Amino acid sequence: MATGSAGSTATGSVPTTRATANERPDRPDRRGRPDRPGRAQLVPTAVLLIGALYCLLPVAWVLVASTKSGSTLFTSFTFAPSTSLVGNLTDLSTYGDGIFWRWMLNTALYAGVGAVLSAAVSGLSGYTLAKYRFAGRSVLFNVLLAGVLVPGIVLAVPQYLLLAKVGLTDTYWSVLLPSIVSPYGIYLARIYAAAAVPDSVIEAARVDGASEFGIFRRVAAPMMVPGLITVFLFQFVAIWNNFLLPFIMLADDDRFPVTVGLFTLLNQGSAQPALYRLVITGALLSIIPLVALFLSLQRYWRVDLISGSVKA
Amino acid sequence: MSTATTRAGRRGRRTAAPYAFLAPAVILFVLFVLVPIGYAAYLSLRKVRVSGLGLGRGARTEVFAGLENYRAAVTDSELWSGGLRVLGYGALLVPIMLGLALLFALLLDRPRARLGRFARTSIFLPYAVPAIIASLLWGFLYLPATSPLNYLLARFGLPEPDLLGGGAVFFAVVNIALWGGVGFNMIVLYTALRAIPAELYESARLDGCSEVQIAFRIKIPLLAPALVMTTVFSMIATLQVFVEPMALRPLTNSISSTWTPLMKVYRDAFATDDRYAAAATSVLIAAVTLVLSFGFLRLVQNRAFGQER
Repeated sequence: MATGSAGSTATGSVPTTRATANERPDRPDRRGRPDRPGRAQLVPTAVLLIGALYCLLPVAWVLVASTKSGSTLFTSFTFAPSTSLVGNLTDLSTYGDGIFWRWMLNTALYAGVGAVLSAAVSGLSGYTLAKYRFAGRSVLFNVLLAGVLVPGIVLAVPQYLLLAKVGLTDTYWSVLLPSIVSPYGIYLARIYAAAAVPDSVIEAARVDGASEFGIFRRVAAPMMVPGLITVFLFQFVAIWNNFLLPFIMLADDDRFPVTVGLFTLLNQGSAQPALYRLVITGALLSIIPLVALFLSLQRYWRVDLISGSVKA
Repeated sequence: MSTATTRAGRRGRRTAAPYAFLAPAVILFVLFVLVPIGYAAYLSLRKVRVSGLGLGRGARTEVFAGLENYRAAVTDSELWSGGLRVLGYGALLVPIMLGLALLFALLLDRPRARLGRFARTSIFLPYAVPAIIASLLWGFLYLPATSPLNYLLARFGLPEPDLLGGGAVFFAVVNIALWGGVGFNMIVLYTALRAIPAELYESARLDGCSEVQIAFRIKIPLLAPALVMTTVFSMIATLQVFVEPMALRPLTNSISSTWTPLMKVYRDAFATDDRYAAAATSVLIAAVTLVLSFGFLRLVQNRAFGQER
């Protein structure tokens, strides 16, 4: 990640204060104020630590709560772990003939397929907007980008009514199709293409007689791969986290993603508190894949793209 | 001659290419963004006229309603209280969220920051948790029967608060959104900070500037574009608040079905089956969103694409 190297130069450029004050106490001339940097560090470090603990609190809770049986959930101290994790997992897996795992698969399908298609469409559009000069370019871009401003539900209700007219509601398509076009993905791909694909390479390919689409597929797209992975990740998380669209579109719980599935379980839980245990275990399982994806692909979270400051 | 014609043909293909390449995005955008907006606008001007007892085929006909639905929406006290609640929610949430994100980003960007990697990953982690799951987790942390706070207070014989009660639930929702949003904004700002060349701080440090002065005089002004960008996206997300209160509803009675304007849209469209009122409210919300964020967006665009044009 580009930011990593920038970070090391930033800290590396002030070696005197760092090395002398903290790591070499044997130099008497620098020991006149030995504890100042230490004390100055204390408050910022504590603030960061509090922030980190605040963010970890609910995650720690769900880890502990998923080990509790139905009765200890309401009686024992919140953060006291218990021994029912395996039992909870089995109960969740067998609940409704294993519908929970069906929801997980559905979510993976919606997010995986949707994000791949979205990255492909965004990549091609972003490349075109960055590399071609044509009439209507900035109008098209501005209209597409303005899509970011339209609140989801403002779209979701008419989308539902329109898809109902063509009989597509309560199908996989009703969740997949509206998730493909991403103004944000196009915006990111445009910035990335502008920075990563040199005009000279495109010209050279043209001179060699490549077709326009061939240039994109064989020359530009490979250069844009890191940016496209970023678009994929953002869209994957967006679809994975989207609750409203599937909530409105789907009626059959066989097609639910895990977010909607757990919500319906929670809703039933007010009448049957025993279900809370399954909801909690399900919540834990549903965040594991995303957290794993997230930590393993950390270097692709190129959020610098958002502020437009890309160095490809 | 033949080379001239092929060249002309290529030129033609090259002018057609960008339109062909943009076709998939444009078609999907038209089908799933523009047409629904148009349809919502159309529905918002319609209503159902019931003749007779409203029974049988043809007893309910859709007719032009003019601005009737809008008049009803604008004079609806539920919508007003929901709308004002969301504006208050945004006015509280956005500054706190971006303030904390900025604070964390600046603390991470200090030379010799400790626990940097741990703090950065932990604070960014909630971004990987869907809002509905986050609301569910916090919901159980609020629920008096399972809350650690209530457990501890009860232990010491102190009065137990109801974190999901009438007054507190507003802040409970703000907290969930804050938890989910700080990390992402922090990473955006932190990455922007990392892109600033370190030499800019050198002379300031030599002149005896403290890190706090450097943060206020150099870093924050240079972060302005990123701050504008994060503000726009936070504002849009704020006005759409729906999932968090929706997820808390099964756990508490203090959230009505029209607690936020979007919840009212959902209720009108699906529970009371008045899609015309829902459409009019949607259009109003979209208009307010556009008005509030358009100025910001223009500024962002000029910053991001100023050099490229």
